[in-house]
Amino acid sequence: MSTVLDVKGLTGGYGPIQVLRGLDFNVDDGEVVVILGANGAGKTTTLRALSGMIQRSGEATFDGNDLISMKPADIVRLGIAHVPQGRGTFPELSVEDNLQVGAYVRKDAEIEKDMAQWYEVYPVLYNRREQLAGSLSGGEQQMLAVSRALMSRPKLLLLDEPSLGLAPIIVADLFERLSTINAETGMTMLVVEQNAQLALGIGNRGYVLESGSIAISGPADELINDDAIRKAYLGV
Amino acid sequence: MELLLARLFDAVTNGAVYALIALALVLIFKATTLINFAQGELAMLGAFIVLVIGVEQFGGGRLALWVALFLGMIITAVLAAGIERVLIRPFDPADHLPLVIITLGLFLGINALAGIVWRFDPRAFPAMFPEGNAITFGNATLSWYTLFTLATVVIVLAGLTLLLNRTKIGLAFRAVSSNLESSELVGIRVGPTLQFGWALAAAVGTLAATIFVADPVRQLEPTIMLRILIFAAAAAALGGLDSLWGALAGGMAVGFVQSVVVQYSPIPNELSLAAATVVLLIVLTVKPSGFFGTAQVERV
Repeated sequence: MSTVLDVKGLTGGYGPIQVLRGLDFNVDDGEVVVILGANGAGKTTTLRALSGMIQRSGEATFDGNDLISMKPADIVRLGIAHVPQGRGTFPELSVEDNLQVGAYVRKDAEIEKDMAQWYEVYPVLYNRREQLAGSLSGGEQQMLAVSRALMSRPKLLLLDEPSLGLAPIIVADLFERLSTINAETGMTMLVVEQNAQLALGIGNRGYVLESGSIAISGPADELINDDAIRKAYLGV
Repeated sequence: MELLLARLFDAVTNGAVYALIALALVLIFKATTLINFAQGELAMLGAFIVLVIGVEQFGGGRLALWVALFLGMIITAVLAAGIERVLIRPFDPADHLPLVIITLGLFLGINALAGIVWRFDPRAFPAMFPEGNAITFGNATLSWYTLFTLATVVIVLAGLTLLLNRTKIGLAFRAVSSNLESSELVGIRVGPTLQFGWALAAAVGTLAATIFVADPVRQLEPTIMLRILIFAAAAAALGGLDSLWGALAGGMAVGFVQSVVVQYSPIPNELSLAAATVVLLIVLTVKPSGFFGTAQVERV
């Protein structure tokens, strides 16, 4: 498999506060890679650095394109979709408009078809398509956020703590769905999660972040069985 | 009865103009969540440009004025786009204080500039609509001017509604006004999208000011929009600040307060401006999201 996302010595943060202290990791085509770590380790910051939402330096290439020098709007056009923490839906827009705006960078004629597809996957979104997104429940918002990101037909999906604040049954369903999408379309995913058990369950490999750098890395099944990691990060 | 009718007609006439300026305010508010204090002055500048092009260059015929209005709307739109690029975009959109100061500076600057170029004496503005009265009911008359102004407001509203709800740039504009960060994450170029909002608002403002001074009873002078902006801000707030049709309803409501309520109450006419401000205050206190605005919905 070929590497699509290659990150070397990535640093970044907010103003004078440096959060990432030289990250090295890579994601291969078609892989699901999980980033684990405690609160404040820099998981969210890593994703924000990749999609151009913060000041960053070092190396990060996607399909050979240098992400560091690009603006968010251009990074999206490379085929990277980012579902931010807290869903990032457009609360004052209808559900349907949220999906439409997800396809903002597309110019092909299959936008309606994709929308119909996600409505089929999540009938509740279809039933509420005229409602404002802000009126949806947390679980419905997450369905909308993921569908919205997939409307751009990304090559790489960045997911920031999709399980946050959701009921366990909804989280399980969401991860199952992500796993299916990965299996069926080969879409590459980089998932930041606190719920390590679930995320590693659908992941190929994992990285553990500690104070802004990679502490441990390995295949998902090794990480899930590693005693030290189980104690420190999985809470079991 | 006739007096009441005459005052109601007055209310509609004024309300239509307030609604148009309120529309411009609403567009900027949707883009920046700010009241643009310079909106009225930009509109006044636009009316002067229409006067210069339409009367001094093209001779003042009715067709010439409409061509000049079209050109004036484009010129002020380009100007506003430039203002957004140079003075607004460098600042953090979440930090309101610098932006308020900039729009206040623009307000004073444009007003003074217009005073230097065109002096502060009132100038006659030729009629753009058929003159005379469409409806006469004793002493109460509804002029063609009022009817055409109302028609213009409805056409502009319908046009803006279509633009915002049926086009890609409209979708982008609504997305940016709903969630700035997520807009970037779906690939919207936020700066140019907000710039589009400023340009659109300036064009609508120029239309509003030109139609306002094209009333045979009014003249154009650099201070013409000062009062109107207060009434329009009250109208926009009543309508919810982010609702286009709310701006029309708000404009009519403020026109009604000014021309009917104030006239029948012991409030002296000179205090009608204050009355509008009081309306504004009451609305902001009792119902901050106005009567047609979207209440802030946020889940945490």
